[in-house]
Amino acid sequence: MQEHDLSFVRVEMALAQSAPPSERGPGAWIRKNLIASAGDTILTIIGIVLVAMILPQLISWAFINAQWTGTDRTFCATVAQGGVQPDGWSGACWAFVNAKFGQFMFGRYPIDERWRPILVAILFVALLVPLLIPKVPRKGLNAILFFGALPIFAFILLVGGVFGLPHVETSLWGGLLVTLSLSFVGIAVSLPLGIVLALGRRSRMPIVKMLCVIFIETVRGIPLITVLFMASVMLPLFLPAGVSFDKFLRALIGVSLFAAAYMAEVVRGGLQAIPKGQYEGADSLGLGYWQKMGLIVLPQALKLVIPGIVNTFIGMFKDTSLVSIISMFDLLGVVKQNFSDANWATPQTARSGLVFAAFVFWLFCFGMSRYSMFTERRLDTSYKR
Amino acid sequence: MASQEILREEPSRGSFINDPKVRGIFFQAVVIIVLVALVWWIVQNTIDNLTRLRIASGFGFLRGRAGFDISDSAIAYSSDSTYGRAIVVGFINTLIVAAAGIVTATFIGFILGIGRLSHNWLIRKICMVYVEVFRNIPPLLVIFFWYSGVLSVLPPPRESINLPFGSFLNQRGFYFLRPIWGEGSWLILVALLLGIAMAWFVARKAHQRQMATGQQFPVFWTSTALIIGLPLLAYALSGFPLSFDYPKQSTFNLTGGFQVKPEFLSLYLALSFYTAAFIAEIVRAGIMGVSKGQTEAAGALGLRPGSILRLVVIPQAMRIVIPPLTSQYLNLTKNSSLAIAIGYPDLTATTGTVLNQTGQAIECVLIMMVVYLALSLLTSAIMNVVNARMALVER
Amino acid sequence: MKHIAIGILGAAAFGLMASAASAATLDDVKAKGFIQCGVSTGLAGFSAPDDKGDWQGIDADFCRAVAAAVFGDGTKVKFTPLSAKERFTALQSGEIDILSRNTTWTINRDTALGLNFIGVTYFDGQGFMINAKKLPGVNSALQLSGAAVCVQSGTTTELNLADYFKSNKMEYNPVVFEKLEEVNAAYDAGRCDVYTTDQSGLYGIRLTLGSPADHVVLPEIISKEPLGPAVRQGDDQWYHIVKWTYFALLQAEELGITKANIDEMKASDNPEIKRVLGEEADTKIGTDLGVSNDWVVNIVKAVGNYGEMFERNVGSGSPLKIARGINALWTKGGLQYAPPIR
Repeated sequence: MQEHDLSFVRVEMALAQSAPPSERGPGAWIRKNLIASAGDTILTIIGIVLVAMILPQLISWAFINAQWTGTDRTFCATVAQGGVQPDGWSGACWAFVNAKFGQFMFGRYPIDERWRPILVAILFVALLVPLLIPKVPRKGLNAILFFGALPIFAFILLVGGVFGLPHVETSLWGGLLVTLSLSFVGIAVSLPLGIVLALGRRSRMPIVKMLCVIFIETVRGIPLITVLFMASVMLPLFLPAGVSFDKFLRALIGVSLFAAAYMAEVVRGGLQAIPKGQYEGADSLGLGYWQKMGLIVLPQALKLVIPGIVNTFIGMFKDTSLVSIISMFDLLGVVKQNFSDANWATPQTARSGLVFAAFVFWLFCFGMSRYSMFTERRLDTSYKR
Repeated sequence: MASQEILREEPSRGSFINDPKVRGIFFQAVVIIVLVALVWWIVQNTIDNLTRLRIASGFGFLRGRAGFDISDSAIAYSSDSTYGRAIVVGFINTLIVAAAGIVTATFIGFILGIGRLSHNWLIRKICMVYVEVFRNIPPLLVIFFWYSGVLSVLPPPRESINLPFGSFLNQRGFYFLRPIWGEGSWLILVALLLGIAMAWFVARKAHQRQMATGQQFPVFWTSTALIIGLPLLAYALSGFPLSFDYPKQSTFNLTGGFQVKPEFLSLYLALSFYTAAFIAEIVRAGIMGVSKGQTEAAGALGLRPGSILRLVVIPQAMRIVIPPLTSQYLNLTKNSSLAIAIGYPDLTATTGTVLNQTGQAIECVLIMMVVYLALSLLTSAIMNVVNARMALVER
Repeated sequence: MKHIAIGILGAAAFGLMASAASAATLDDVKAKGFIQCGVSTGLAGFSAPDDKGDWQGIDADFCRAVAAAVFGDGTKVKFTPLSAKERFTALQSGEIDILSRNTTWTINRDTALGLNFIGVTYFDGQGFMINAKKLPGVNSALQLSGAAVCVQSGTTTELNLADYFKSNKMEYNPVVFEKLEEVNAAYDAGRCDVYTTDQSGLYGIRLTLGSPADHVVLPEIISKEPLGPAVRQGDDQWYHIVKWTYFALLQAEELGITKANIDEMKASDNPEIKRVLGEEADTKIGTDLGVSNDWVVNIVKAVGNYGEMFERNVGSGSPLKIARGINALWTKGGLQYAPPIR
């Protein structure tokens, strides 16, 4: 045993020194992140030029030069085009979006009845937000209300025809209302259907397995437009004479079946990731097939593939825009329909309308993808613990 | 021992109904019966409907005269051609736009994916904004943007923008000169093929030599010289047989030359730019999936950063990248059916027109489904082969 | 959650399914209480929704006339907007009861597609429109060789266009779109030099362009486009009701019966007017057809006579200002002729 000569050992911690001046401040940051080497500098210059080319134009078009209010095309047309703006003017025509906002949201839903979709939207948000925030308690009740009670209530309220509410045909629906109801029902139908298909694909029964494989691979191999064509042109011929489906319902079936095939593949990935021990453990406890899947396997598998599920939702939400091709008026369809309004025909109308539609779609999709990343991170830490 | 055997021979516990095998067979039988009944019901309904409405069925209509024109056609087609040929024209157009889109989307996607991991803050941010914007917008909207963008920015045909080599750009598309191959120009083609073959051979030899001796050989420059030089030589030897057809101004449009229509241009650009955002994410995930130790080890061996990326990181990243890349290629091919929205005559659009002119809904939708399905299966098959070659070879 | 979702889908399916399983369209229509009428997605003068979302135009009014004949009430119509592609299957499958959607009557559609056209509510012909400001000096379709032509796909227009240029040995670039709005937008943006469709349509579309005054419709008419409503084959009663509604509109104009004077006319002594309006004693004209005897009165009260319908929607009373031309009655040198109602 040797005694330490304490004079050579430091007993208190050395204070952290601040970084040398060359590594501090905005100058160092720029050196490190923008001009680290000659190639880097060139890239930075290219980047700056790119941003300088696009950004000022975009801002001046969308905000500075934009026309925010107005009642008809003259507000958004130049003098040469018969309007009030100076020649060479280029700005967004938000007045058009403003004037048609009701249509963009509800389509031709009767104006006196528009409180109904608005009420549904308020309830939707009121039930969705607590469901999404992990800290809020009573998730079970909330989920039952959201997935069980809300759709029935929304269906009664939107379609009407009972309790003294006037009936509103689905052919009058339009705009964001159609986009959202198509996606919501599509999500609610495609997830359970996708789970069933995924289980079927991994089933030990050869015929069930084959049927599921054929369905999934066929649907995934063809474009949604073909499915929608089939729903809109062929389905009527498949049914007995005189029986016809509502057009909205037909699109709904097409979109749901399409999404279900993609969902099935995502869920299958989750099922495959569950270790075999879990299946065997469930078997050794004497659980039946559905008990095994429902209580042991699926809860773990679905948790694993939440990002994939949300990505499928995002894809489906974007895909609903395709129904405008089979002349249904979702958000994009309504926006495009209004381009032919003579009262608003200017060179800026189409661009402004499309940018607005893009912005709405972007908002929803970006929100969903960010939420999925948040969930992923949350569930990730729970595993590590 | 004996008692165990007796146990085994005993009928399994419980009754016959609880036997999972019996249950499985029973359940499958039910599924088949239901399915057959459903199919029979649908077929019966369809036959009833068709006979009631006196709609002829069968594929005989494909031999009928189409009577309509198609704007973009890679093979000879006129209004006198058959419906079948019109569908083939559409199919070829789908192939063209899908192939062009896949190449461009991969190119842009790789640049963006690498850009997102750049040390340069500005480049990183630009790539991120691009990816986040395009990933969250429906492809149909992107197509409309390009189409209305292309149409509104470009000038009318009489004020065409002149570009070098006698090419023009206007609202009606992009025009450039079309080579006319004169007598003896087959020599040039032969020389080109010869050049490619020789370049391949040189590359192989160089690789073998490097493996054996470690000496490198400037493969790139030699190959370039061979592939460009040989045809040029043949061109000179055969007496300069090549002439060009220049686009010229006529009453309405430019005529002559080679024309790329704005419909194709916007569909192709939209699909490329849209899919590139997804490919960028895949590439980023792939590169991040290669462990940092690989890069550091390569650096320790003295490789330069460019070589590290090319020789060490990307080959490993490709293994992660290829499967999701395949599904993006398939998505792009399927998304090309959105051509119908801007009037590019792809398979969906021409088949749709045929459907409309003949009223043969079932046959036409069937054709569309079968062709897209075949295309998808073919693409996955090719990518599976590529994947197998790329897969880790354990020694 | 799965069960709930399936339950919802089931409820939705039954709630939205319009089931009607018999072949007699009249009975179905009476049972459901309205006529489902297929119209275009928006063509000014023929069928287009106004600011309030009500469908206006000759085609829409024709469906109202049929509703008036059947129910005595012209408002008992529901409209289904259809693209060119969907229109025939929609009728074939029973989704709609009448297709009144500026559709050209051809033999192929009468035979192979299983439709029955009831007559010609508008005699049209295909024409060309150009931007005179951009193309000065062009005043005939025969000068259009080499032009880019905008056209809607899947229409007879597309076929006529091909035939016309071929027979005149001219070249052209077709620029084809699925929907009318898209064709309009492309033409307005200058994607093509020429717009071709039915001439009536050209006048309507001209109004929606950025600067209507710049565009002129060329004089040539390159095809016959008899536009009319169609019903399904195999239901003669419904076919007759729709057909005679059309003839009643013509007959009313011929006899000078208008929306304004209909009540006075009912008291008229003219035996023909009395017969048409069902004022004759013991008349069975209406009941034989399957409607009430005052069906013509109901029709005229709902939409007026054919002339009124024409002037209000496409003629002098509309922004389109199309002259009657060959759509005048046969007594005024036109082609509109109705067999006698007796």
